[in-house]
Amino acid sequence: MEKKKLVLGVIGADVHAVGNKILDHAFTHAGFEVINLGVLVSQEEFIEAAIETAADAIVVSSLYGHGELDCRGLRDKCKEAGIGDILLYVGGNIVVGKQPFEEVEQRFKDMGFDRVFGPGTSPDEGIAFLKKDLNITE
Amino acid sequence: MQPVLLIDFGSTYTKVTAVDLSGPTLLGTAAHFTTVETDINEGLNNALGELSKKVGTLDYTARYACSSAAGGLRMITSGLVPELTAEAARLASLGAGAKVIKVYAYELTEEDIEEIDALKPDIFLLTGGTDGGNRAYIEQNARMLAQCKTRFPILVAGNRSSTTTCLRILEGREVTACPNVMPKLGALNIEPTQNEIRALFLERIIKAKGLSTAAELIDGILMPTPAAVLSAMELLSGGTKTTPGLGELVGVDLGGATTDIYSIAAGHPDHDAVMKGLPEPYAKRTVEGDIGMRYSALGVLEAVGVERLAELSGLSEAQVLAMTEHISAQPDSLPDTEDYAALDYAIACAAIETAVTRHAGHLEEIYTPTGPAYMQMGKNLTGVTKLVVTGGAIIHNQQAPLIARHAFYTESAPFSLKPKTADIYIDRRYILASMGLLGQNHPDAALTIMKKELEYHGTAE
Ligand code: B12
Repeated sequence: MEKKKLVLGVIGADVHAVGNKILDHAFTHAGFEVINLGVLVSQEEFIEAAIETAADAIVVSSLYGHGELDCRGLRDKCKEAGIGDILLYVGGNIVVGKQPFEEVEQRFKDMGFDRVFGPGTSPDEGIAFLKKDLNITE
Repeated sequence: MQPVLLIDFGSTYTKVTAVDLSGPTLLGTAAHFTTVETDINEGLNNALGELSKKVGTLDYTARYACSSAAGGLRMITSGLVPELTAEAARLASLGAGAKVIKVYAYELTEEDIEEIDALKPDIFLLTGGTDGGNRAYIEQNARMLAQCKTRFPILVAGNRSSTTTCLRILEGREVTACPNVMPKLGALNIEPTQNEIRALFLERIIKAKGLSTAAELIDGILMPTPAAVLSAMELLSGGTKTTPGLGELVGVDLGGATTDIYSIAAGHPDHDAVMKGLPEPYAKRTVEGDIGMRYSALGVLEAVGVERLAELSGLSEAQVLAMTEHISAQPDSLPDTEDYAALDYAIACAAIETAVTRHAGHLEEIYTPTGPAYMQMGKNLTGVTKLVVTGGAIIHNQQAPLIARHAFYTESAPFSLKPKTADIYIDRRYILASMGLLGQNHPDAALTIMKKELEYHGTAE
């Protein structure tokens, strides 16, 4: 079967590069085709990459605390660009400091993210959900 | 003596150059008006007549030619995302020496098809989607293109999963499949498409443009003129197996209607800047259709503003406006007064400033919680140390070395990644296109002649 494609990147003015490399490696190893945009990725870049490659999911990381601002409007722009149904994940240290995760998760789901992962989530957890959401069985 | 003849069928002039391979030396050059309307051979024979007055009658062992006559190689391209495959298609075409008259992105509309029919391109380059990526757009655009009433060759160089479908949709037309110009996101593969463009130019375009009678008496019209110039720049930069080149360089070709900029350089970031956008080809060509010394003089005025031209020329703003209007309406006019020479100087400086700024990459500063971070878009040319200047509109200007300095980086625009200090070379004898042609078969001779004939004007910043 053809590999499922993920567009991966660290959104906004965020330069934390280490986690991104680990995720690239882990997702690739798990059988995905990873289109890694690296750090300092704008919403437009995520969307344009997803359009050209016909990606199955956009996986956003945010580590530096401004995730909420950076992610706002991403789903709407996807709809505008004709990929409104694409799977959207976000993870990392997506908000400032320690806030109750359920509240944070709800805020990001309201923004249109399908799955939201808190600090310290292992790549494996993300992989398990991706397989489930993209109907990968094996 | 081993004389070889090189011919450049230009849109206004046919230029001929004689070289002796056994030197290797430049024997002489001559030029005459191109006569496309009647017979291209007329202009050629007149130019040859003038050449033989200078170098005598020679028994040429080979004749090679390039052409930008009859509008050059006019191409239209389409891609999916403007910054991605549409840009890759544009870069591919420009690098093949084409004049890109229109670039479309996303879906072609009915109006677009009418426009394409009206523009009658020489070649259409259809792209979109990475390999295994989006198929919908390129296939839809193939269906739209199939409705065109005019006939022109179509190159399909998009998502490989769509190639067969596109070929089927376009059956009955002249269609050629090429590898994807952007097989993976952010990876260009434009050479195979460029080779195909060149092959089509040879086989078909030359005939369609009535150049074939001339083609019979020469050993082949090898390439579009801009492709020959690009090839000369690459040879001059990279050298040959036996002789080193000049290294990374920037080339400026200032004409009456357009200004072409070439960079033969990697362009990697030197700060801790993060690269963004499409990686650009090592040998990159851009064309500014609105920037030139005559037909496009008003475009220069528009790009930099009347204040800037007044400042550079020392003329009043009213003078600049009236005189620029005049020369753009009279493209044959020569700068025969001091004022017009001053205006020419100003327009040339401003044209180079504008065209090199558009060609070069730039930095964007982003504010982060820990201070500024930088993103680089396009090529970083700050470290390039050679600048080559050519083009009929500038090489005879005594102030050319001063004008050339306007290609450089300035403190006032620190984010524009133009060369900081460079050795300036001027193509006074106007031989670059010819040497690009000669270099196809005799790279060592072409390189030696270029190194000898390009006039060195010291290092500037
Ligand atoms: C190294 C580091 C830096 C380096 C980064 C160097 C580089 N180019 O990579 C520098 C010094 C530049 C830096 C700067 C800043 N940093 Co810093 N930095 C760290 C540090 C110490 C380690 C980050 C790291 O590499 N971790 C290792 C990797 C493997 O883990 P990770 O990044 O978390 O990624 C994993 C998971 O999060 C998860 N994951 C990530 N995304 C996703 C997505 C999905 C879908 C899933 C399932 C999983 C997932 O998987 C990844 C792989 O295992 C962390 C603290 C920490 N211990 O985490 C702070 C930290 C991230 N930084 C922080 C801050 C605040 C900053 C600054 C704003 C200011 C500062 N205090 O220095 C600036 C921001 C600069 C900018 N513009 O981005 C805070 C963020 C706080 C918050 N969000 O509330 C942290 C948490 C430190 C802290 N406790 O205060 N930082």
